[in-house]
Formats: sequence, C-alpha cells, structure tokens
Amino acid sequence: MKKSALPDPFETARNTKGYGEMNDQNDPVTMILGHKDVRKCAHNWKTFQSGATPGRIVVPSEVNIRDTRQIPFEVDPPEHKGYRAIVEPWFKRPLEADYTAALTKQINAIVDEVLTKDAVEVVEGFSLRLQSRALTLLLNTPYEEAETWISWGTHVFRSEGNALDGEKANILYDYIDENISKAIENPGNDLYSMLLKATLDGKKLTREEIKGVVVLTFSGGRDTIVNAVTNAIAYFAEHPKSLLKLKNEPEIACKAVEELIRYFSPLTHMGRVVTGDTEVCEHAVKADSRISLCWASANRDARVFENPNEVILDRKINPHVGFGFSHHNCLGATHARQIMNILVNTLAEKVTSIDIIDYKENIEDLDEFKRKVGYDKLTVKFNGQ
Amino acid sequence: MAKITFITTDNKTITLEGTSGSVMQLAVDNSVPGIDGDCGGVCSCATCHVHVAPEHQTKTGEATEIETDMLELNDYANEQSRLCCQIEISDALDGIVLQVAESD
Ligand code: FES
Repeated sequence: MKKSALPDPFETARNTKGYGEMNDQNDPVTMILGHKDVRKCAHNWKTFQSGATPGRIVVPSEVNIRDTRQIPFEVDPPEHKGYRAIVEPWFKRPLEADYTAALTKQINAIVDEVLTKDAVEVVEGFSLRLQSRALTLLLNTPYEEAETWISWGTHVFRSEGNALDGEKANILYDYIDENISKAIENPGNDLYSMLLKATLDGKKLTREEIKGVVVLTFSGGRDTIVNAVTNAIAYFAEHPKSLLKLKNEPEIACKAVEELIRYFSPLTHMGRVVTGDTEVCEHAVKADSRISLCWASANRDARVFENPNEVILDRKINPHVGFGFSHHNCLGATHARQIMNILVNTLAEKVTSIDIIDYKENIEDLDEFKRKVGYDKLTVKFNGQ
Repeated sequence: MAKITFITTDNKTITLEGTSGSVMQLAVDNSVPGIDGDCGGVCSCATCHVHVAPEHQTKTGEATEIETDMLELNDYANEQSRLCCQIEISDALDGIVLQVAESD
C-alpha cells in the first residue's frame, strides 16, 4: 500500500450491519456508516440533536473540558437559523477578490519558502503555519497573530496522543476573552467586533455567545485543515502525474478539491444525542444515548461512489459529505475550499515532485475501527520547476 | 445559444444567455442571488437548487438517482426540483424559466 493511502476501515461493518459501536469515556456511541443513513440522520435534527450538553456531540466528548456552547454548531433549529444567518456572510468572505488575492499571496510565499529547503516537516512546518496565517484572514486580524497560534501546536484541546487537555483549552479561552475585551474598547473590522455589533431578535449577543462562535472558528478549522493539507502533500508526492494533470488542466481544480476532501474526510465523524428511543439500521438506540454520523465511512460507500478507494481527481458526480450534511454543514467550508483550491493550483504551478523522507501516521482509535486520518509527522523535500 | 430566465426568491427576473457549461455556472458567473454553487458542480452541496416549471421539464430532462437522493432530504424540494449544476446548457434549453428555490 502506498504511504499516502487512507484505507477504509469501515467497509465490512458498513456492508453487513450498517453501524459500528465505540465506547467513548463511558458514553458509548453508535456510529452510522452508510451514506444514505448518515444523510438521513444528519437531516433529522429532531431525533438526533446538536443542542445537547456542550461538548457532548463531539467524539471524543469534550464535556469534561468545556462549558461554552459552540455556536451555531451546538444549537438546533429553529434557533440555529438566526445564529447561522449572523455568521454566514462573514464566512463567505473567502469568495471576495481581495480575500482570494491575500490568501494566494500567503500560499505562494510559503510554497516558495519550502522550495528552498532540503527537508520540511509538513504538519508543523507547512500545514499548521499555512492554516494559522489563513485564519488571520478569516478573523480579519493582524498577520502577526498567526505566530501565537502556531506556538499552540496542532490541536487546541488535545495534547500529544489525543488526550483531552483542559489547560490547553484555557489558554485559548483566555486569549479569546482578552480579544473580546480589546474589541469592546476599540472596535475594528475583525470577527470579534462584527459579533459585538450583531443582534439576534433585537438583542445583542452575550459575551458567552460570542465566545462560542470564536471557539468554534478556532477549533473547527484547525486539525481538519492541517490534515487536508498534509494528506494532499503526501498524495501529490506519490502521484507526481496528478500534479502535471492539474497543471495542464487547471479547470479541474474544483473537482479535484472535492475529491481530495471526499477521500481524506478530514473529520471522521460528528455525534448527535438521541432525543427519544428509536432505531437506526434495525438497531435500537435509546433516548439520551449518542450516535455519530461517520462522514469518513459514508464517503467510501460503494453504493454511491464508483471505485470509492481511488482518488479520481476529475470525478464528476461526487455527493460526498466531507463537509457534513444538512443544516449543520461546515461553516468554514468556503474558507477551506479556497485554501485547498489555491494550494492545489500553486503546487501544480511551482512544484514538479515531492519526495517523502520520513513519516508517522496519525491513527485514530475508534475501538472496533482504527482509522488513519493523516500524519503526526511527514518530512518531505519539495522539488521546484 | 439559449436564453435562460431565473426568478429569484424575492421575485426578480434575470435573463441570461449561455452556450455551454452548466446552468449553475452561468448563474454563478452572473451572480444570480440564491445560486451559490459551493461544490463547483459535483452534486454535493445543493446550493444550486431550482424549480423547473412543468411545461419546461421536457427540456431539462430527468434528474439522476444521485440528484434525486440529494433532493429527497431538502426541505424546499418538490417534483419540480433540480440541482442546476446537473443541467447542461444547450440550445434545447432556450426559453426556459427557473425559479430559484428557498434555502435555510
Ligand atoms: S453546485 Fe453543488 S450541488 Fe450543484
């Protein structure tokens, strides 16, 4: 198997039972594995709720390390709609010409820089830096802020080995609190100031609500983007012809990005809390237990995708759920797509080949399943044109 | 060359001319409100949802199974629903009227 491959550990369970089971900190999860079932459950917000105890729908659960409700992600319809409407235009800004130009400049600079080096550790030395710098555009804060975020490492709530880390979370919370206070004193054009001005049903958002939006912005798009970018580099390293294909056919970039997202599925799954006794895949699930919508498994469902375990860069029909599905689809998807699009084009333009020197896979332990989601470390050499 | 008319959710009429590509791309290139085309046309985002008037449905043809599955879970879908990234522009579409669907 190629080093860049992300195998599908769910296939047998998906085809035979349709679900899997994992015990997450004594709060078990029934994982929904089929594409159709995942979409149906994602759509059914009345039975499968997001607005549960803050942190509980995330797997591994974060209930022990946070009380702040992440917004709009941990709120159900109909309230969800009002919150989403406040943040949606802001998170669509990556489509604006100025934003795209600034992001292109950032990505060009980092690619130019790694091309001068003999070896680059991609996770910390490329992906995290790229993500953190791009985040300054999403928040509309000074570029220098990225240095602080880079120093936090790849996960805001977890330290090495995936252990949830309350102290680490507090660093982020204090940082956000401080920035909200600064924006109150000195309003500007950043995300904090926009949220301070926003109203919902004629009322201003509370400080806790603002914090909830910002925490989501930091945590939702961090390891996911780091994984997507790192996996893309590994993929191109082992498939130099695809870089050439992208160079010769730049019009397929959009399709390529969707396909890479499908194949990588940077977020394995997302939980929901069951509001009443029900059944999924002929399996009883009890009220107040949890299910998870396993995007990674749905994205390899052979009933929907031909040759699901192959990357087909110009795959035409690709109803993947890599950015989730239904009301709670990924708020940061526009930003993520733009990053990946520009990255793919920049690499195709400037890089001929990439050599993998060393790597350590990041394998998630989901009890029954072990899933490679990306890399803890990936050292490569970029070769320019 | 096909003339394609979009009626937006606030009842504005926008008529555009296209020769090739998808109807979604034409709408996005001309900033038709309510057609975002987030996924670039691969049938994964449903942000290109339109309703085709019954008298024009023969021009657009039928939705594929994958498209139908996508629309099945859309709260604003009905028998006239299509994802317009899946409608290719050709002369056959000339004169078609598409109502941009509501979304959350
Ligand atoms: S543009 Fe995404 S489904 Fe049509």
